[in-house]
Amino acid sequence: MNRDEAYNFAYLDENTKRMIRRALLKAVAIPGHQVPFGAREMPLPYGWGTGGIQVTAAVLGAGDVLKVIDQGADDTTNAVSIRRFFNRVAGVETTTHTGDATIIQTRHRIPEAALTEAQILVYQVPMPEPLFRLEPRLAETKRMHALADYGLMHVKLYEDIARHGHIATSYSYPVMVDGRYLMSPSPIPAFDNPKMDRMPALQLFGAGREKRIYAVPPYTEVRSLDFEDHPFRPHRANASCELCGSRSSYLDEVVTDDRGGRMFVCSDTDYCETRQEDQQTENAKGEAA
Amino acid sequence: MMRPGFADPVQDAQSCFRAVLEALSRPGRVQTLASGLTPPAPLHPATAAVLLTLADAETPLHHDAGAEADAWLRFHCGCPMTAAGSAAFVLAVTPPPALATLQAGTDEEPERGATLVIQVEALEAGSGWRLRGPGIEAEHRLAVRGLPDGFLADRAARRGLFPRGVDVILCAGDRIAALPRTTLIEEG
Ligand SMILES: [Zn+2]
Repeated sequence: MNRDEAYNFAYLDENTKRMIRRALLKAVAIPGHQVPFGAREMPLPYGWGTGGIQVTAAVLGAGDVLKVIDQGADDTTNAVSIRRFFNRVAGVETTTHTGDATIIQTRHRIPEAALTEAQILVYQVPMPEPLFRLEPRLAETKRMHALADYGLMHVKLYEDIARHGHIATSYSYPVMVDGRYLMSPSPIPAFDNPKMDRMPALQLFGAGREKRIYAVPPYTEVRSLDFEDHPFRPHRANASCELCGSRSSYLDEVVTDDRGGRMFVCSDTDYCETRQEDQQTENAKGEAA
Repeated sequence: MMRPGFADPVQDAQSCFRAVLEALSRPGRVQTLASGLTPPAPLHPATAAVLLTLADAETPLHHDAGAEADAWLRFHCGCPMTAAGSAAFVLAVTPPPALATLQAGTDEEPERGATLVIQVEALEAGSGWRLRGPGIEAEHRLAVRGLPDGFLADRAARRGLFPRGVDVILCAGDRIAALPRTTLIEEG
């Protein structure tokens, strides 16, 4: 515990936490529905996950263990800043190990390791409205959600198919939650969408600039929109990780030198490092035997 | 003399909130609140803790818990008192009002549906009702003692209104269980 006593626990004042907590409960009660909340100014700029930070701050307790990832990595500036922030204002333990975390705040990925009932996944959301590119008028998108009138999104996806032969959306691929609400999964790769379906962990989403909170309760159906003749197929580079050999994880292509050298590595650094450590342990055992 | 609220308002509200969040996320699972509260009769500790955790000046409250509880809730939550039909939180320690008389929100703003806190005699997981829906892997069982007979029928009759609806938090002693509007309930 090295909490900075100059701040209220987890930075937010108690009135703000109560307001966010009420919004979270209604979000859980109406899966996939965007609940407005009175977002507060945070000591980090928009785009740094102020919505996710406010959700985490309202949920977090002294006994929690927090993990923060950005594009799958624990060591980016964004992830490190958020982890330091909560260590300072809440004194909570932090970790990079997915399995040790009780709360995981994420930007752009879902961990490869299956999450459990004892965990909460908090997504940072830049744009909560899945229809915003198709219908910029807020009043109109509210009406569409009220009526579950999502024909516009189907038309858009079908135009994708007509133009590209497949659905060209590879990030923020829209999902239906519990068969009722169209929801943006945040800018995670479509590869991660199936992990949301019937996940044992509670999933919470915070959009700071747009002042919206939404949620997917545990074990809730999350289905990526598709068509019978064009079923949803999450894309993954056809390669294995150069570091751990995984053929099932989501890969990033990284540049290795200034002569155009490239390689594929796991985007989830904890998953990759854990696999490498396990392999070293196995090798050591093999040599000892 | 006024009985006290949370001994540690920040940490106690946080731990109670997590229990309420867990209850609504996993309908029918019974959660225990370590609130340390000794509220005035007829309030049970869990009932008082739920309201202390969630209600404030922004949330009009309606209750049937009598004068002493009224003074305690006004003092510690600071919430304005109102008629059942305009309340964000409705507390029932006697048979609850018909759901049709409470705020259900609108199709565009279903989050305006009320939260109905019902104090009952006992909550026990593992037997009784069969619950299905979001938050439930296969089936949760919940036995509730102290609800009026018509409650399930009243609730079931309003299911077609979804996404509008009322979310229910059941409290007994230091325990709670929740029934968000999405939960389907069959008698055991
Ligand atoms: Zn790897």
